[in-house]
Order: sequence, then C-alpha cells, then structure tokens
Amino acid sequence: MSAEESIKQELENKFPFFKDAVVIKRQRRIFADVPQERFFDVFNYLVRDMQFSHLCTITGMDEGETFGVIYHLSRDGVVVFSLRIHISHEAPKIKTVTGYFLEADAYERELEDLLGIKVEGLASGQRYPLPDNWPKDDHPLRKDWKLKSEVDHA
Amino acid sequence: MHNSQDVQVPFGPQHPALKEPESFLITLRGEKITASSVKIGYNHRGIEKACEERTYIQDLYLIERICGICSHSHATAFAQAVEEIAGLEIPKRALYIRSLIGELERVHSHLLWLGVAGHEIGFDTLLMYTWRDREVVMDILALLTGNRVNYGMNTIGGVRRDITPSQAKEVLKAVDILEERTKYYIKIATQETTIIERLSGVGVLSKKDAISLGAVGPTARASGVARDVRKDDPYAAYGELDFKVITSDKCDVYGRTVVRVLELMESYKMIRQILKDMPEGPLTVRAPRKIPAGEAASRYEAPRGEDFHYVRSNGTEKPDRVKVRAPTLANVQAVSKMLEDRYLADMPIVIAAIDPCFSCTDRSIVIKNSGTRNSKTIPWEVLHVQSIEWYKEHKGIDFSALNKKYAKSFKI
Repeated sequence: MSAEESIKQELENKFPFFKDAVVIKRQRRIFADVPQERFFDVFNYLVRDMQFSHLCTITGMDEGETFGVIYHLSRDGVVVFSLRIHISHEAPKIKTVTGYFLEADAYERELEDLLGIKVEGLASGQRYPLPDNWPKDDHPLRKDWKLKSEVDHA
Repeated sequence: MHNSQDVQVPFGPQHPALKEPESFLITLRGEKITASSVKIGYNHRGIEKACEERTYIQDLYLIERICGICSHSHATAFAQAVEEIAGLEIPKRALYIRSLIGELERVHSHLLWLGVAGHEIGFDTLLMYTWRDREVVMDILALLTGNRVNYGMNTIGGVRRDITPSQAKEVLKAVDILEERTKYYIKIATQETTIIERLSGVGVLSKKDAISLGAVGPTARASGVARDVRKDDPYAAYGELDFKVITSDKCDVYGRTVVRVLELMESYKMIRQILKDMPEGPLTVRAPRKIPAGEAASRYEAPRGEDFHYVRSNGTEKPDRVKVRAPTLANVQAVSKMLEDRYLADMPIVIAAIDPCFSCTDRSIVIKNSGTRNSKTIPWEVLHVQSIEWYKEHKGIDFSALNKKYAKSFKI
C-alpha cells in the first residue's frame, strides 16, 4: 500500500464520517473536505498523531454561497494534505490554528484582510497585508469586489 | 517586561539598513533587543486578485513578475499547477530546461546574497567580488533566455526556447569559472577568521524552533532540517538528478552562509548533469485555452525555500483562485526569534540572513482611484507631517519635540 493510501485508510478508520471524503489526487497530493464542526478533531489528529508538522500555507477563497478555507499540511516535506472547510458567507468565522503553528499568524491575517473571515483567538496585532488606512470592511479577494475606478466607469 | 530603561526604536519602512520596505519595532535595553515585531505588506500589489481577471497565459507572465530574483521559481510553480489540472504530460526535454534555468537562477540568487551578507558586516570587498562573478551567470541567463531577469522561459505545457549545443558549451565554460570562484568563497567562509567570528552565534534558530516556526529553505537547512522540495517532492527533472541536500547544525548566520555556498557547488554539478543527460525531443505539448475545473497544489524549491502555489480552475480560460505563498513569509516568523536577546548591531545581518524578499511575500496594493482622474500630488512637507502623525498615533512615538528643534534644517 502506498503512503498516500495508508494515510487515507488510517483517517477513514479513525473518522468513519470521512469515508469517501479523502481524495488522492496524485502521488504526494491528498485533498479532503471536512465539516467545520469536526475540523479540529481531524486537524489535531493529522498534526499530533500523524506528524503533519509543517503548515505550507492557508488558502482562503470566495465560493459564492460559502467561503472555502484550505489548510495545506505537509509531512516531512513530502506528502501535502489539503484539508478544506466550507464556512458561511454571511458570518464567516473560524478559530485560529496559531496554537499549532505560530507561522499561521500571517496566513490568518491574510484571511481577515483579503476575504473578511473573522479568525477567533488570533492575537491582537498589526494587519497584513493591506495598508493601515485601508477600510476595515473592504475585502479585495471577495468575488463581488471591483476596483473603485471600474465601478466609476461602469 | 517593560521598564523605564526600555527604548522603542522604529526601523523602516524606509531605512538605510533595510533593502526593501519592511518595518520593525525594536525594544531595546541598552544595546540588547528585548522584543521585536515586524510589519510587512508595503509591496502588496493585488496580484492574486489580478490573476482571477486574466487568462492563464497572461497570469504566467504576471506571476513571473512577483519577484525579480526568483521569477522562474514562481512561473514554474504556477505552470506546474495548471498543467496538473489540465492533465498535461510535459516533454522531458522541457523539464530538463526548467531545472537548468532554475539552478542558474539559484546560482545568481545565492551569489547576490553572499554579496549582501558581506556588505551587511562591512566586508564590501566580498560584495564587489561576488557581484562581479554574478555577472557571469547573468550573462548566461541573458544568452539562454534573452533576459537577465524575468526570463519568460515557461509556457503552459513546456518551455519556449531550446538550448543549442553552442549555448550549452558557453554554459559549461561559465560554470567552470563560477566553480573556481565559489571554491575561493568556500575557503573564505570556512577559514577567514573575521567572517567566522562575526557570523557565529549570531541569529540563532534552534532545530526545534526552525520546525515549529515553519522555516524553509537554507534558513531551515542551516538549523539541521533536511527539507528540500527538489528531493522530497521532485518536480521538473530533479527526480533524475544527483545532488545532496546541504545542511548544517550551526543554527546561526554562519551556518546559513556555509549552506548557501555549498549549495552553489551542488547547482554546478546539476547543471553539468542536465546538459549531459538532456534528452532530445519536443519542447511543448499543446495546452488548452480553457482549463477544465479542478485544483492543484504545486511546490518549488526557490533559492529562499519552499514556494507554494495553489490554483483552482472553473472550466473557463481564467482561474478561479490563485494563491501564492513565497518562502520569505514562511521565514519572517523566525526572524523575531533570531533577534531575541541579541545586539542591535546584529540586526541587519540577521534579517539579511534569511535572504528576505518582500516583493515576493507581499504579492498580492490595489490602487483605488487609480489613473489621472482622482490622483493628487502630495508635497514632501505634507508627507513628512503625515509620517510624524502616523508614528504618534500608531506607535505612540512622538517626534514633535525633536522636529521643533530641527525645524529649521528640515524646513517644515
């Protein structure tokens, strides 16, 4: 059994609801969607028990009805496990993972600035990456966000 | 931690000791740094958003311009992601050419770094030497691609230019010269007392911290973490190339220097092997204009470490989402740790030692009211006052008394 398949198997044995959710895209690339309420169960297991000890980054995206947040984890720098949650578009809220990975701080501030996803538990600090005088409720990576000048011309 | 002896010093975003816009707030007790915080984002250009409004091939050129040094790194990482979604099988010769340009780029980047490091410790002769030698590899890159930076070598489905036998000969000649020079730098780095004394024990990052703070590239490898995407998650031709992952257990700036100079030797070895083993064949496969719906995570070992791209497509000719995490963002977290309890004088070299690249990191400012319509010119004096007010409001540092004193000379 390949390393990817044994990861899939182990997760499916541990979390029955994960059946068919884990997709091996190719060698060293695994994607899985997890319901938001079970996210920390799976995340904790991946990081603490399965040694996915490197967080490559966190990708946030506007999916229309929902926001998607993907945590790209890697084990020994080899296999990349992309764990995704979908969260409500009206009140987008997630909990911080800085307790696991300090470097998540910058990635989570990006989610707050660019998509307007509230990250609970994130230490107070400077915003990133938008300028200090950028409006607090203006999130450029949302799909309905247009350049002001484009709006003016329309 | 705060007591009356603590002094807060803001560095940047424009500061002579820093080469790019970044800002540090350093708390000092005497000469020692007791706390530090970093603020980046000054180079944010909205590239991720811009990618969603352009076609894949336009994005490739935009992404190449994320960074002037690791341009090939970003372009390759992006192309790999798109090719994976489209299910394209890239011709072997193209993969070899991608690795060739990638290693030449690493040589130019590491030589550039060595010069900057020399400059930061007052060893400007080293800067002059390395930057002179770096011209050799810049000329080769210009010969092969037509450009010194932003090579435009990649396309979705392969590479745009072939390597001719006469070009290959020139590359080998250049590699011989560079190898000889690099041996001299290895001698300097391992024998020259001034370098060893100045860099040892400076900017310490333990192996445990390197892992827990998510450090990547030479920064991680110099703390004994043997991570290299070329080895761990091979792409382009790296699966067939013979090279060592260079590590050091010194965990300081000295270790980062040794790792980089030794990596240069590995790059020369790989360049020779690529030119020897490069198979004949086509350079591209035809890529569709519309990329089927899907997603891919792509990684690339840039000169500064792991470069991570995520692309999601929706079946149209434009991507739905492009995410870029450049290596500096992963490493910048470790800088505060490295500065802890260190002398202020070490700060420039400690920061330089992660080989920071903030243009890469801040890829994504969208300029509102752009164009001539609503633009206005802000006079220098007004900017000056604004900056003083900004520091007063945001950092609690009041320069007004000082400014009053020097009002005449500042003409404000």
